Amino acid sequence: MASAPPIDEGLRSELQKQGIWVTSMQELYNWGRRNSIWPLQFGLACCAIEMIATAASRYDLARFGGEVFRPSPRQADLMIVAGTVTKKMAPQIVRLYNQMPDPKYVISMGACAISGGPFKQGYNVLKGIDRYIPVDVYIPGCPPRPEALLHAFMELQRKIDGQKLTGTGKAAFLDKTVPSEFPVPAFGAHDLEPPANADVFHPPKIERH
Amino acid sequence: MSLSTRAQHSAVEAPPGMPSRLDGELLEVSMGPQHPSTHGVFRMNVALEGEVVRRLKPVFGYLHRNHEKIGENTSYLGSMPYTDRLDYICSMSNNWGYALSVEKLAGIEVPERAEYLRVILAELTRLVNHASLLGFLLSDMGAWGTPLMYAFRERENILDLFESLSGSRMMCDYMRFGGCRCDLPPGWMERARKVVDGFPHFLDEFEQLITGNEILIARTQEVGKLSAELAISAGITGPGLRASGVNYDLRKVDGYGFYPRFKFRVPLGEHGDCYDRLMMRVLELRETLGILRQAMDDLPAGPIMNPKVKIRAFKPPVGEAYGRIEAPKGELGFYLISDGSGNPYRYRVRPPSLINLTVLEDMCLGHTVADVMVILGSIDIVMGEVDR
Ligand code: SF4
Repeated sequence: MASAPPIDEGLRSELQKQGIWVTSMQELYNWGRRNSIWPLQFGLACCAIEMIATAASRYDLARFGGEVFRPSPRQADLMIVAGTVTKKMAPQIVRLYNQMPDPKYVISMGACAISGGPFKQGYNVLKGIDRYIPVDVYIPGCPPRPEALLHAFMELQRKIDGQKLTGTGKAAFLDKTVPSEFPVPAFGAHDLEPPANADVFHPPKIERH
Repeated sequence: MSLSTRAQHSAVEAPPGMPSRLDGELLEVSMGPQHPSTHGVFRMNVALEGEVVRRLKPVFGYLHRNHEKIGENTSYLGSMPYTDRLDYICSMSNNWGYALSVEKLAGIEVPERAEYLRVILAELTRLVNHASLLGFLLSDMGAWGTPLMYAFRERENILDLFESLSGSRMMCDYMRFGGCRCDLPPGWMERARKVVDGFPHFLDEFEQLITGNEILIARTQEVGKLSAELAISAGITGPGLRASGVNYDLRKVDGYGFYPRFKFRVPLGEHGDCYDRLMMRVLELRETLGILRQAMDDLPAGPIMNPKVKIRAFKPPVGEAYGRIEAPKGELGFYLISDGSGNPYRYRVRPPSLINLTVLEDMCLGHTVADVMVILGSIDIVMGEVDR
């Protein structure tokens, strides 16, 4: 996914031997961002306990630069949707997402956040948070093990590493045409209105032969 | 903190008997549902006069997952994994509560070894729950991180035991009506003994860190007092009730499982404040270790499952039953009505967290807004159980 390195590798290593470190703005920028992701301290249900366990002593999320859990969305880069999203909670989650400053990322942790999980048949359970906000990494599991959350974190770091600052295909948060806030759903007569945000939600088309 | 503030005008009178500092104007603060100390998605609308709480209204339902409705539409066995997700810190005790009510409903005997295993696992769960609670509560008080790290270190050791037994760290789904799902893997008991033997060390260390701590005492003693009368009339159970000095523990009262065979004491508080509730957990942990040692020593050999029970295609006779256990948070009950078919006609959970939460306003009135978090933390709630 990473683009071709802008500097000749041989020259770079030669310079490094002289104590000169050459890099591009883009690499430096991505390197810094990738290693200090601040997640929003925000748990919904059972998966949140495993999220805490990931940040605690044995699994130690700090090794990946992600231990600074911020209680305020204004200071957070990453939202870990950890748990069942109910229809009462979904508007608040979208609002929290809107309040986060760009660039921002979403990890959808656990079966519930992905699709409703074991409670999918419930009348009050949203069938996946990706109906309203764009999700970067999905981790299945009920709950996913802390290792799985670490893996998701590393996937996210890979994604950040591959982001371009300029040109076509530049990162979404630099592209003024890509929205960074999404309409907050409201409770209508029967269900959340709208039931999904068509700009975000692209369910796979099932073809039958 | 997600605070949305809004002044409340003439509708609110100045609180009686209180010199008003703000001309009786109350400030309504909405705490939650996204709040670092609400233990999940819980919201409180608090009316403040200055910093003092004058009224408090809890708002529930952010985690309502239709547990009971799903239980009525699925088989008896199918509800077992859902009970794991009620109080997701203590899945083993939830399993036991549900298994107990189905066994009552259908009149099922449980083999001796299975009963012992249930006691061991439920008490291990109590260790997990109380240790995590102590960590969370101290985090709420501003001891950010460190006590929680200590508690989670112990929790991981016990979760390893659960994992090697049931295949899952948190959602064990281990018990069945008529026994348990599988027997202990080789070497499990030795490892469990090691964990139990190592636990007092953690407890001593932890107690040393907290009991004499001036900040902790200032923030918990005389805060959030709950009188024994109110606790009884509100139906409070568990450590919260015993901290007010009421000697009521279902392990003694009902004597379910094989608890009458074990020697243990029920710690009681005196003042019913947050400090007592906190120390109640520490004392209970010590008693729990005693029960664990006795159960591990006496564990008999034999089958772990009643062979007569068909857990699949299970159809209990028409009737109703209420089974209850002393879960770490209080009385956890399951009420089942059977119409003779494969699913219960009515399935109802009596969650200790929800009922213990009903006195929150009484405990918070007159305290500052910062104390609300401590009081809420000392009640020990899990939203999965409150909203179900
Ligand atoms: S995926 Fe499983 S563990 Fe996670 S919130 Fe849903 S029910 Fe709980």
